[in-house]
Amino acid sequence: MSIASPSVPAPAAAAAPAKRRPVVAIVLFALLALLPVAVSLGLPSHWLTLVTRAMIFAIAALSLDLILGVGGLVSFGHAAFVGIGAYATGIMITEGRGEALLILPVVLGLCALFAAVTGAVSLRTRGVTFIMITLAFGQMVYFLAQALSAYGGDDGLTLYERSTVLGFDVFKNRIGFFYVVLGVLVACYAVISVIVASRFGRVLRAARENATRVAVTGFHVGRIRLVAYIISGMIAGLSGFLLANQTEFVSPAYMSWPRSGELIFMVVLGGVGSLHGAIIGALAFLFAEDVLSGLTEHWKVIFGPMIVLFVLFTRGGLVGLMRKLGVGRHD
Amino acid sequence: MTEPVLVLTGVQKAFGALKVTDGVNLSVAPGELHALIGPNGAGKTTLVHQISGMLRPDTGSIRFKGQDVIALPPEKRARAGLARTFQITSTIPSLSVLENVALGVQARASHPLALFRNAARDESLNGPAWVAVEAVGLSDRAHVLAGRLSHGEKRALEIAMALTLEPAAILLDEPLAGVGREEGERLIALLRSLKGRYAMLLVEHDMEAVFALADTVSVLVYGRVIASGDPATVRADPAVREAYLGEEG
Repeated sequence: MSIASPSVPAPAAAAAPAKRRPVVAIVLFALLALLPVAVSLGLPSHWLTLVTRAMIFAIAALSLDLILGVGGLVSFGHAAFVGIGAYATGIMITEGRGEALLILPVVLGLCALFAAVTGAVSLRTRGVTFIMITLAFGQMVYFLAQALSAYGGDDGLTLYERSTVLGFDVFKNRIGFFYVVLGVLVACYAVISVIVASRFGRVLRAARENATRVAVTGFHVGRIRLVAYIISGMIAGLSGFLLANQTEFVSPAYMSWPRSGELIFMVVLGGVGSLHGAIIGALAFLFAEDVLSGLTEHWKVIFGPMIVLFVLFTRGGLVGLMRKLGVGRHD
Repeated sequence: MTEPVLVLTGVQKAFGALKVTDGVNLSVAPGELHALIGPNGAGKTTLVHQISGMLRPDTGSIRFKGQDVIALPPEKRARAGLARTFQITSTIPSLSVLENVALGVQARASHPLALFRNAARDESLNGPAWVAVEAVGLSDRAHVLAGRLSHGEKRALEIAMALTLEPAAILLDEPLAGVGREEGERLIALLRSLKGRYAMLLVEHDMEAVFALADTVSVLVYGRVIASGDPATVRADPAVREAYLGEEG
């Protein structure tokens, strides 16, 4: 029997496992889509702003999960991409080039370029060294933004208008903007899910567990990781574009290393590698931050220990917890 | 004899003052099962690493299918059809048996890294993968995660992964190590079923298996090949008896 012979039907005894269905994510997106309705029925409108912001961070966390959860690369400089996206947007709006269709190619191009250059260097390393190098690159952009005195420098840059889409002020309407962000989130989730399930994604996942095996099977592991890193950086840049539009302000703080740490925590909080976990983690993080900071100005004193306890006692994050409780046992 | 598929000439490798590979000459003909034996620390695995490209020799040449592959990284050697298994089993634990094997099929497919094409339901990958899974007798374990297999099954899986590369040569680094008797016999039968179809370099400690399977046996001691020939000749070689077989009784 030759290995190259055509397909042989699978024996009935070994039927393929059921196709994975993203039940949790679909329910989540449906609930999010209903939020403006809930607000019109009396939920405080503050929720709309909070959830919009949470969804923007969810996009960044989702992009991080592609390299951290799926690819096994702990990048500690991911906020740099959010910052580059936000700054490119802020500067272009300030310069009177507020059209999203002009800004987006710039944002995606800059993030891809930054990811390609820094990835080509940092992906030569693994483990702690990789964490440190990505952190260093992130801080580099942070200090660069601080030095941009023409665009606010250390104080940041206030924007007096939002981007337009084909000349229309879609982003000015809070509900309209909410649905734009939700749409981008759903699209990013869909694209990343497809990538993870693809041939490329399978090799990326395999390399996380056993890079040597993947290499002797005939794949260039470094190149695959670099492509994932670029895709991830571009999606994070997209969240920066949305963030600048929502806050109407950009500042170097967007890309400081604690921000990168928060993104990692969102992914860990939700459950590494599951994608919908990153979204849940980002939502939970921003809610906790909102609730706690309303209680006391020293909220971080409560939040810190909460994070530690959470990581210690819930293996697999919120998604793991949900699975234990019987929710979303679809895989 | 036909042109050998794998030829090592004067391969040397030292770690500091320690010569782990000391001028090794060795060749494997198409369809030949060439066993490499030697006491612990003789440098067998180091030699396999050099052939597969994970280590670079200091001097010497390694020719595969007539081409010098010294400068090629492991993935290029694999794509050229030089497959290997590991002494410590090396699979992807969270992928199923079929997916592990399909990974090898994918490496040789026309778009090995397609970004948006679903891999798990791809018949052009699963079809050939099934053939390899059946060839090593893992059909009814095809959807089990590789991490949940028994030790012997993992060994068989590694061989299936090697087969999907449509290899011209397979390097087998102690495929029987740590495997129980029953599974060991199954693996020996598997290797026998592959014999004659692939050039194989078999590093193995199990003498019974080596002398039952091999066409040629080379004995490596302190990085040097001290004897090479058909099993009966090597077994009778006094230097070999002294250096190696003697201590096995």
